Amino acid sequence: MKFAVCVFPGSNCDYDTYYVIRDLLGQEVSFVDHHTRSLSGFDCVIIPGGFSFGDYLRAGVLASKTPLGHALVDFSQKGGLLLGICNGFQVLTELHLLPGALLRNQGMSFLCMDVYLRVENNSLPFTREFERGEVIRLPIAHGEGRYYVPEDELKRMEERGQVVLRYCDAEGNVNPKSNPNGSTDNIAGVCNKEGNVFGLMPHPERACEDVLGYRDGIILWHSLIV
Amino acid sequence: MRVRVLILPRKGLLDPEGRAVKEMLLEEGFSVKNVKVGKVVELEVEDDTDVKAIAEKYLVNPLVEEYVIE
Repeated sequence: MKFAVCVFPGSNCDYDTYYVIRDLLGQEVSFVDHHTRSLSGFDCVIIPGGFSFGDYLRAGVLASKTPLGHALVDFSQKGGLLLGICNGFQVLTELHLLPGALLRNQGMSFLCMDVYLRVENNSLPFTREFERGEVIRLPIAHGEGRYYVPEDELKRMEERGQVVLRYCDAEGNVNPKSNPNGSTDNIAGVCNKEGNVFGLMPHPERACEDVLGYRDGIILWHSLIV
Repeated sequence: MRVRVLILPRKGLLDPEGRAVKEMLLEEGFSVKNVKVGKVVELEVEDDTDVKAIAEKYLVNPLVEEYVIE
């Protein structure tokens, strides 16, 4: 598979993502900068974490209006696999490729911690190596990760299986106590109707090696290449 | 002309920043009913510029924000 990692001014998880794809997955991968107008030839494009354009105006909005932002819409409409991690998730909502918006954390703090997540949909190209209902552990690092979506839209998303990951406790219980940032319905990751665009706040690229104390992130990456 | 777009969190949505400022003011002894924290975008534009279009397409996310043009 041919991967691309987007690099906006202020992206800062681009190299981590590139490293995982090249060194741990053994796949072909290129960086594409924000002037890029076409993503043809790639199978999967990653929008990495960071603070694109300094999070100015709203997190992700300035990146969404670049030539690369427009190319991402085109790429996804042609069925390409598009994954947005953290700031990448914010870019995807600003592009309207994913429903909802990401707001400032309920508790006002920047959260840098591990969370448990329940896999609610394992039928996606991004999640097919997980079990449905499996509890995984990944790190989060964000100030604006409170997922918000209106109730009627949430209902439609549930019916279509668009809620992919929910914050939970180690036993898999989804409740207000296991919700780190006040997200609607503990939502940590969602996909589009078609299932080829996926955004999540946790960082799977930081959770791929035993030396870092994690195993669960690499399963997401492996899902893409089976 | 000089135009200001005032952007605030939409009514009914939790505004943690506003809440924190309100709590601080209450602690300081002020009687404050509610506080919202938003942002101001000041534009210097030609008179016929469609500021509403700029606001709605670029400056504001209508899902979570509301705005006033001054």
